[in-house]
Amino acid sequence: MLVTGKAHKVGAHIDTDAIIPARFLVTTDSEVLGSNCMEGLEPGWVKRVSKNDIMVAEENFGCGSSREHAPIAILGAGIPVVVAKSFARIFYRNGFNMGLVLLEVGDDIAKLSDGDKLEVDTGNGQIRNLTTGETIICAKVPAFMQELLDAGGLVPYVKKRLADRQ
Amino acid sequence: MSHNLAEKILQAHTDEEITRAGQIVNCRVSLVLANDITAPLAIKSFKAMGAGKVFDKDKVALVCDHFTPNKDIDSAEQVKVVREFAQQMGVTHYYEGGNVGVEHALLPELGLVGPGDIVVGADSHTCTYGGLGAFATGMGSTDIAGAMALGETWFKVPPTIRAAFEGTLEPFVGAKDLILHLIGRLGVSGALYRALEFGGPVIDALSIEGRMTMANMAIEAGGKAGLFPVDEKTLAYCKAAGRNGDTLLKADAGAVYEQDFTLSVTGMPPQVACPHLPDNVRGVDELKGLRVDQVVIGSCTNGRIEDLREAAAILKGRKAHKNVRLIILPATPKIWRQAMDEGLFSIFMDSGAVVGPPTCGPCLGGHMGILAGGERCIATTNRNFRGRMGSLESEVYLAGPAVAAASAIAGEIMNPAKL
Repeated sequence: MLVTGKAHKVGAHIDTDAIIPARFLVTTDSEVLGSNCMEGLEPGWVKRVSKNDIMVAEENFGCGSSREHAPIAILGAGIPVVVAKSFARIFYRNGFNMGLVLLEVGDDIAKLSDGDKLEVDTGNGQIRNLTTGETIICAKVPAFMQELLDAGGLVPYVKKRLADRQ
Repeated sequence: MSHNLAEKILQAHTDEEITRAGQIVNCRVSLVLANDITAPLAIKSFKAMGAGKVFDKDKVALVCDHFTPNKDIDSAEQVKVVREFAQQMGVTHYYEGGNVGVEHALLPELGLVGPGDIVVGADSHTCTYGGLGAFATGMGSTDIAGAMALGETWFKVPPTIRAAFEGTLEPFVGAKDLILHLIGRLGVSGALYRALEFGGPVIDALSIEGRMTMANMAIEAGGKAGLFPVDEKTLAYCKAAGRNGDTLLKADAGAVYEQDFTLSVTGMPPQVACPHLPDNVRGVDELKGLRVDQVVIGSCTNGRIEDLREAAAILKGRKAHKNVRLIILPATPKIWRQAMDEGLFSIFMDSGAVVGPPTCGPCLGGHMGILAGGERCIATTNRNFRGRMGSLESEVYLAGPAVAAASAIAGEIMNPAKL
């Protein structure tokens, strides 16, 4: 998948209460959650987002609670990709399960600034910064996780495992 | 190969041979948990997976503890979804109303988690059960749906950081101070993707409740699990909770650790985590004079009977400051009754406290103690992210029960030794 959009840069240790505060966790609806995305960081944050824009973050993005509402809110806001220096563990698994593309780039994060236009090739883990002309190549995901991705995510994977058992 | 605690427990639940950190293995799980916030999404995924039944109706726990007693119509609708699912699946361990407690205080006292178990929960503080020697970790709802359907899930074998504690604890210094101190040292991402393993004479001497307080906050350093060796004390706790057949468990001699260090606690004052991250830790005296509007004593971190006794010892015969709202939430019905029978509620009420029902409530800014802009709270909870307990302009400080109680009396952050 090729995603082209504007980078919205946030800081380090962005917690899930910043991504979607607990008071919004009374629904599982992605549109409603999306309309409140990053409300715990800055009220009205989501208004700056156009469909297919890209979130760019420093280290430990998504730390805190296990709420899957966090990746759902980001997707619901129209953001299909998050690029970060690093991700918190539970958030990483959740994003992956929800179909939110997460690219971990380490210190290369410094090559991306707020407002840059980015082109992300999710299949090859390649980020082109169209504003600066720089390219970042991401490390490959472990083979087992790629297998899960190829199966279409955890839901179809479990579905198949259940069918195989019968 | 020699295994550390995390590797040893994972190995006992998989047919694959664990030879290194970073390896991905499929493990059978002992218990799968979700709550009133995370279960509705898990149920959605469970249905999308085409699963017709849970893998074992005795090994799924659904605990409606976050927004209960239901704070509004939407949260009531969510609990309804969970209740109907529990009924439909015949889930044995469903809790709401009079039998519900804060999940991570409730499941250990019911004997549903114990040594050597693998517990996965759609709640990040699932790591609490590491205090009993279980490999317990938080996951999202869809992972939990998969585990509910299959009875197994995949893990990346984490590298382990071993932290040993030695020395003598000062008065009013306990488990919460130890873990805050460690998080302050490691940082909020210092144990990212890693397991923590605790040891040393201070840990050996710690109560099981104290160990659970510490394990509970492993996630605040980014940790996947926070593990304690299983000793006679653990076995006695588990037996009293109605379990049988648990055995001692410790790391193999020669086990490999990514880091292995010892912290001396002698002379360490009570610790407080300042806004807005749990690793922003200082000694309590550095914060003297900082006024507080609210004090919360409770949660999966410090809502157990020992915590309430510790608070009561400070509050006895004293009044909370007139400008402070003191909210005390015993974490489970059993703890509630115990506190009542021991006369702790009289002490709390004489001090001007509000005693509420078992609920996660204010810890996550749910209900029962939300902060207005400009307000400051000191709480025995586990997170102080910006806006966690209410307004984005409010502040949460984290401390143990003794410091929280002393601060309620003083109306400012206070070292109980100097009250």
